Parts: sequence; structure tokens; C-alpha cells
Amino acid sequence: MRIALFVSCLVDLYRPSVGFAAVKLLEGLGAEVVVPEGQTCCGQPAFNSGDLAAARDLARPLIDTLAGFEHVVVPSGSCAGMLVKYYPELFAHEPEWLAKARTLARHSRELSAFLAEHGAVIDARHAGRVAMHDSCSSRRELNVLAEPRRLLNAVAGLEQVDIPEAETCCGFGGTFCVKYPDISARMVSDKAEAVINSGADTLVSGDMGCLLNIAGRLKRMESPVRVYHIAELLAGMTDAPGIGEGER
Amino acid sequence: MKPSSHAFAENARRALHDATLQQALAKAGVGFVDKRRGAIAGLPEFEALREAGRAIKDHSLANLDHYLARFEQQVTAGGGQVHWAETPAQACAAVLDICQQAGARMIAKGKSMVGEEIAVNDALEAAGYEVVETDLGEYIIQIAHEPPSHIIAPAVHKTRGQIAALFEALHHRPGLTRPLETVPQIVDEARQILRDKFLAADVGITGANFLIAETGSTVIVTNEGNGDLSATLPRVHIVLASIEKAVPTLEDASVLLRLLARSATGQEITSYTTFFTGPRRADDLDGPEEFHVVLVDNGRSQMLGGAYHEMLRCIRCGACLNHCPVYGAVGGHAYGWVYPGPMGAVLTPLMVGLKEGRPLPNASTLCGRCEAVCPMSIPLPKMLREHRRREFVQGLTPPRGRWALAAWAYGARRPWLYRKLGRWMVAMLKLMSGGRGRFRSLPFAGAWTAARDLPAPQGGTFMDQWQRRKHHG
Ligand code: SF4
Repeated sequence: MRIALFVSCLVDLYRPSVGFAAVKLLEGLGAEVVVPEGQTCCGQPAFNSGDLAAARDLARPLIDTLAGFEHVVVPSGSCAGMLVKYYPELFAHEPEWLAKARTLARHSRELSAFLAEHGAVIDARHAGRVAMHDSCSSRRELNVLAEPRRLLNAVAGLEQVDIPEAETCCGFGGTFCVKYPDISARMVSDKAEAVINSGADTLVSGDMGCLLNIAGRLKRMESPVRVYHIAELLAGMTDAPGIGEGER
Repeated sequence: MKPSSHAFAENARRALHDATLQQALAKAGVGFVDKRRGAIAGLPEFEALREAGRAIKDHSLANLDHYLARFEQQVTAGGGQVHWAETPAQACAAVLDICQQAGARMIAKGKSMVGEEIAVNDALEAAGYEVVETDLGEYIIQIAHEPPSHIIAPAVHKTRGQIAALFEALHHRPGLTRPLETVPQIVDEARQILRDKFLAADVGITGANFLIAETGSTVIVTNEGNGDLSATLPRVHIVLASIEKAVPTLEDASVLLRLLARSATGQEITSYTTFFTGPRRADDLDGPEEFHVVLVDNGRSQMLGGAYHEMLRCIRCGACLNHCPVYGAVGGHAYGWVYPGPMGAVLTPLMVGLKEGRPLPNASTLCGRCEAVCPMSIPLPKMLREHRRREFVQGLTPPRGRWALAAWAYGARRPWLYRKLGRWMVAMLKLMSGGRGRFRSLPFAGAWTAARDLPAPQGGTFMDQWQRRKHHG
């Protein structure tokens, strides 16, 4: 099995370890993992800001870059949602590209869903109480909810706890968090409190956007809750500093 | 009502700092969500009902001209009269005309969002009529001189204490229940005041949840019964309704009513569901002498068949407001016009113009919860994006955002440049963080760091590290 990894811009720039965790987990399936060179950004910021021309300009090369792979895996629900749900929408009136976009959409999968569906064997230990935060894209665009939990269940020593009001958005929303910082601040404060109230000592999620946001707020509140991308935890990489933590 | 949607950001900031408002919002929000959840859990076939409701609305909209014509025919046959109004001004003129011909002085009004939309109260008061809102929530905001902040619970932003204070200041009259400490006491006092008004009113104005083409009936749901009193006690009954409310049959309306009550208040059925069909007939014991329906377009026929067509399925249940984290944080007034929350963020720019309404579609994380709970499965986030697209095409997007986006897109289209800039940015941030793993503040990132730290990048980009690993194994 050959898998193309679309690493997503936040993982590329902010937290390469998530990319390596994803590679490790996918290689654990016995697959060959390829990271196609031309990839940059899926164009979601442009898409959500109403600049569809720019979104298409970014989508086309990515569609070409990822074409021909039986599996395209993305360690982000929101970028996977862009590929799966919105690329076809974006090219609704360009038949040639629409066909390509649909093909890519069919072959693309969010990382935790892909791992669960391919029967990944998780070989990791993490003693502690872990809360899983679902990004709105994972939850509502991709309907990926059970899969990450199933994977977490396989981690030795791990106890899962639920975040109250889990369906509520964390307030990241891409450019929203800087366009409406007061409202975003309020939403992330509520989310961070909910995380703390869950009793978790570790928070994971499949989306770097939510993670940077919630981790930032938890740190501001001086909460000891540690924050990782779910891939890092599943790959047994939680000895390294969590998101927003200094080097020790 | 003069819109202040352009000032959404300021309105929102003020709302976030209003402790009393926050207290009211916190209390209401959870209540609505829990009640809806309970109601839907109790109806395993909810999804099937939702599908059926959607199909009814889709069919009605696809044949709207037919059903509206049929509705008018039936109203006329029953002795009533239909008035067509393309604009709010025409709608108000029609209402004023009817009131004048009836020689009216006092008008009892039930809750009507279309009434808010066309600002019928202002028009009536300017013409010298006394208008009394008979829905408790509407009455409260009328005496507070405020617009509604929620489409089904207009005074949801007010606390019990605020309401008691309003009543105490206004209702000087012996014999009223005092003091006003509990909700029943407040309701009781409002009831005593409003009873007299019902009896004195010459004209009753109500809204309509549905218009039924086969019978020429209008349907209204209330939990207070005030709609019935407003409609049946005065001599003249005027129904204000927008054109998309038409459905073919009574059967269709009953499907939609089941969805509406559960989605709105978590009830199985609203306390009072009333069907009005024409004026009093010869052998009726009561009812109005005249029955008028004012059908308001106000841009809706323009929405038919276009990018916002599906918005016309909206049954005004308020579920999207109740589940919206932005609405929950700032309340309805921040939206600056009649309709708040996700449905308001779609409708307001269409009704007051994109230039005035443009902040509303932007004030969303596109989290999609509105669409998930909407009983009519309206793709609200998609429509918010469509507004953003139009805003961008029309050059209404603020320059700063435009430039930042253009610069990002320029870089991202050139992988070599993107890698270079990415490498440089990551190295800078990493250096500046001094190994602390996060920033408490950072130039140009004030919006982010006001309330949260900014995590620092780990160091190095994945693409670079991957290349190295490939080459050195
Ligand atoms: S958009 Fe949907 S959820 Fe919102 S008020 Fe209309 S019908 Fe209800």
C-alpha cells in the first residue's frame, strides 16, 4: 500500500513531530508513505474568506500533486474536509477539474479515520486521563467521532474522559480568531474550562488549529493539562514537550 | 429599525462586558439546548420527520406562485381579503389603510417577526395609533423601547429583576399584584394590564407561522394564547405574513408544526395552535368582522431559485440561534437588526444590503452546528460563505485582510518561496520564544495574545526535516 501524506501547513510549520508521528503510524500498517514535494496549503483560508479564485489557484496544483495515489491521508480534519467536501464544490462549474477533485475526494481520509479503518495496531503507553476534542470539521463535515476514540482505547494505561458540551466550537475558526478576538477569546475560555472540568490531564485532538487555540488558553490559565496532537499520543511520542510547553 | 449591523464588532464587545446580559444569556442558552435534545431523544423518527418537512417546503417553494394564488382564492372565498406588498413601505401602507377604514384607535398586536421587519409599530405610532404588544416578551421589550433579541423569545436578554423594575416603574395602578418577586407574579401583573387592552382594541394584528393554500387559513402558535385574543376580540384581524410561509395542505402544516415546536422550545406541540379562516360567519359566536392578510415579499421572490433559495425553507424556530456559540456569547442585539444568529447573518445582508450587514457572515467560525440542528437542514455555513464571496468580489473586504490573504496565496502558489519564508518565519519565532515554548505577547499578534498564549513552533519545518531524513536515512 502506498500512501501520500498531505501534511497540512500548520503541521509543516508548527509541529513537524505530528507529521513524523503520522508517518510512523502509517508505516505501522505496512504501507509505504510518500510526502509529495509540491504541497503547500489546501487553500482553505482563501475559500473561507470568499476569494474563490485564489482558493482554486491553490487547489489545482495540490490536486495534481496528490493525483494517482490510492490513499491520501491528512492529519487534520479541517484540511481533510476541504479536500473531501469543498474541492468538488469549488469546481462545480469546471467539469474537467470537478472530475479530478471528486477522485481526490474519494481517495482522501483524515488520519485517525484512516488508521481505524485499516485496523492499525496501536503500540503506545500513556498513563493518565485523556480527553479527545473533536474539531467541528471532523465532527460535522467528516463525521469522524468513534474512530479516534477506538484508537485511544488501545493505548495502554490510558483512561478516556469526556469534555462537557463537547459539540461546541473552540472558537478558532481560522481568521475568525483574529477578526473577532473578543468573541473567540470567550469561546476558547469556555472550552478550556470544559477541558479542565473533564478531569483530563492530557488533551488531544486531530486538528492543530483547535490545539494551538485551546493550548494557548490553557497555558494562559496556568493549567497543567498537557496538549498533544492525537497522532503524537498514538505514536508514543508524549515524552517530548506538549504544545506550548518549553524545553525541559 | 435603523440597522447597526456594520458596528457588530463594537456591539459585540459591549455585550461581552455587560454582566447582566451575560447572566441572562447563560441561563437561557443551556435551557433551550437541553429541552431540544430531550424532545428529539423522545422522537426516534425525528430524522424522517425532518426529511418530510424539508420535502414539503421544497415542493411549496418550487410552486410558490400556485400556492399563493390558491391561498388568496380561498381567503377571498371565505370573505377575507389578501393585500400584496412588495416592500416594507407598501406593507405598512396596507396596514394603515385598513386601520383607518376601520376607524381604529387602539391596536393589539401579537408577536410577528415580519412586523419587526417592516417596522409596522413605528408606522402605526407615527400615524397616531396606540399599539400594544400582547406577547409577554414583546410587551416587555416594547415598554423598554428595545428591539427583540431572539426570534422566539424576544426578551430573553432581560433578567427577572430587570423586568420587575420595568413593571414597577410603569404600571402605577392600585389593585395590581405586588411585589414582583416571582415569575408568576410578573406574568399575573402583565395579564391584568393586557386584558383591558385586548377588550379596548379595535384592530388585532398577528403574524403567521404557515399559510394553508387549500383552506385559506393562517396558522399561529403561541404559548400564551395572546394570538387568539388579539385575533378574535377586536373587530378587525390583520395577519402579517411573508410569502414563503405558504404550504399546500393542513396535513403539511401539521408535519412542520411538529418540527417547529420540538426545535424551538423542545415541546411536542406549542400550547396554543390556532387556525384562522376568514372573518366571523353568520352562525359564529365570536370572531372579527373583517379578516385581512398582508403578504410581504421584501426581497424573498428575488431569493427564489438563487444562491439563497434554501433559506426560504426557514420556519423561524430559533434552534440555530440557541446552538450558535457566537449568538450565545453576544446575544441578539449585537447583530444590529431584526434577525440575529446564523439565520440573521444570512438574511440581514439580503434585506439591508451587504455593505451594512457584511460583518455578520464573517462573525462565524463556520462550525456548522446551526446546520446540524436546523429542522429544515438549511446549509447556513454555505450561505455565510456565499456572502463572503460576494463581499470579496464587490471589494467590500477590509484591505488588511485582503492583502494578508493575497500575500499568503502568492507564497503558497510557489513552493520554493513558501518553503523559504516558512523556514525563516519558524526560525525567527523559535528564536524569539527563547525555549519557553510560547509567547505571552507578540507584535502583530495582539488579537490572539490578549486572552491566550501563542504556542511557539517546535523548530524546523516538516518538509525540510523529511527531506533530510530521506537523504540520510
Ligand atoms: S434557519 Fe433553521 S434553525 Fe434557524 S430558525 Fe430557520 S429553521 Fe430554525
